[in-house]
Amino acid sequence: MSARRIYMDCAAGVPVDPRVLEAMKPYFTDVYGNPSSVHSFGQEAKKAVEEARNRITNLIGAEIKDEIIFTSGATESSNLAIKGVAYRNKSKGDHIITSTIEHMSVINAFKYLQKEGFKTTFIPVDKYGVVDLEALKKAITDQTTLVSIMYANGEIGTIEPVKEIGEIVHEKNISFHVDAVAAESQVPINVVNEHIDLLTLSSNDLYGPKGVGALYIKSGTRIQSIIQGGGQEKGLRSGTEDVPGIVGMGKAAEIALKERSQESSRLSKLRDRLIKGVLEKIPYSFLNGHPTKRLPNNANLRFSYIEGESLILSLDMEGVYVSSGSACTSKTLEPSHVLLNIGLKHEEAHGSLLFTLGRHIKEGDVDYVVEILPGIVKRLRMISPLTPKELRG
Amino acid sequence: MSMYTEKVMEHFKNPRNMGEIPDADGVGTVGNPVCGDLMTVYIKIKNNHIEDIKFKTFGCGAAIATSSMITELAKGKTIEEAMKITRGDVAESLGGLPPIKMHCSNLAADALHAAIKDYQVKKGVKQ
Repeated sequence: MSARRIYMDCAAGVPVDPRVLEAMKPYFTDVYGNPSSVHSFGQEAKKAVEEARNRITNLIGAEIKDEIIFTSGATESSNLAIKGVAYRNKSKGDHIITSTIEHMSVINAFKYLQKEGFKTTFIPVDKYGVVDLEALKKAITDQTTLVSIMYANGEIGTIEPVKEIGEIVHEKNISFHVDAVAAESQVPINVVNEHIDLLTLSSNDLYGPKGVGALYIKSGTRIQSIIQGGGQEKGLRSGTEDVPGIVGMGKAAEIALKERSQESSRLSKLRDRLIKGVLEKIPYSFLNGHPTKRLPNNANLRFSYIEGESLILSLDMEGVYVSSGSACTSKTLEPSHVLLNIGLKHEEAHGSLLFTLGRHIKEGDVDYVVEILPGIVKRLRMISPLTPKELRG
Repeated sequence: MSMYTEKVMEHFKNPRNMGEIPDADGVGTVGNPVCGDLMTVYIKIKNNHIEDIKFKTFGCGAAIATSSMITELAKGKTIEEAMKITRGDVAESLGGLPPIKMHCSNLAADALHAAIKDYQVKKGVKQ
């Protein structure tokens, strides 16, 4: 067991920022009123929720404060956006569009609606994972009511041309939903300039608590609730608000807005140092995703002739914690749909490693990974029957 | 904290009998790189016994550990004894495998049996 512990799996989860935790604490034991209650106890909790709403509004450049709905996380936010808009607009049309590399919460919401009788189109992407705008234009019909495209892909790091997509979609009076989970802590988002009607946000990706998320809804967007209950959150998300969680997400959004620009430029340098170091030192290694239109914290690399889970285990033994798009690390035993849909073969997808950096990562951590990874790759290539003779050393 | 037993991790770290036998009497390959697991087992037979055995594996931790384990289980055994080694025996010798790995990555016994059959075909032995 290595003495080092270098966590480079920030897309999977990050710690709660200590400042966030401090902000949350009073709302567990002191300010425990229900925001729906008329008395002062309830109103104090309500005030905290509204303050959090304002902080999220500021983070994404939204205009009207009532457009933020708190949910149990990004999966619920995207389900609400997609199902809520599709059902609400069923009399106008039954066609909805997304891409082939979305998060499973979007893809499976689309597949669910397909079974419910909606027509769906999955727009292809190029080899870097950029959505094909011509294919999008062609796919839109007079029956289309929703287009859902992610801001950036958390797995391969590619940032989508959201503003251009928004222009295309709005020209046709269609609602535009954007899953911004991978991007929210990394790049500035402006829902007004980028023509976004619905935006999915996650708390944990901002260093807030898990189990909380938000959905931005531009006022005037036709949407209905997908769960029924007491009518909280303007009737769009019934259920007593998770006040400590919401306060935490609000604080996390405030910190992210203040620190994002500086942190992103720091992470970009570390990301480039990692990618350059690995590609230079390891033969037959490649970068997945876009070389420049890329999230500051994301390095997705693949190594020919070896498999991702054995890479993860080997790195784990050296105190480095990462992810892979390999089938062996998925619940379905299928490699990542994102890697397959950018055109990688199954065996290439199996050999991918995903490094996602975060606030705790320092230059020395990156250098350590660049130092140990060549030996790990070499050892696994020695074991692999696929490795060509010249690489066996 | 690992999803695997200590024994699996130990074989993954220090695989036994890794490599090739250039003049092998039998070679068996199972799996497919498309699925994420591919194993080749090489055997050398002397007096109906597995005198030497080596493997090469592309795959996850379980794939590498089961390959290593099968070489330990089979070395020195008669052909008949080796044919009786099952996937279950391999998993048990490793202190168990996660349920999801029992089918996809536990191919080492199949690779051994394929190598023995290859030897038998080459020798013209009736199966």
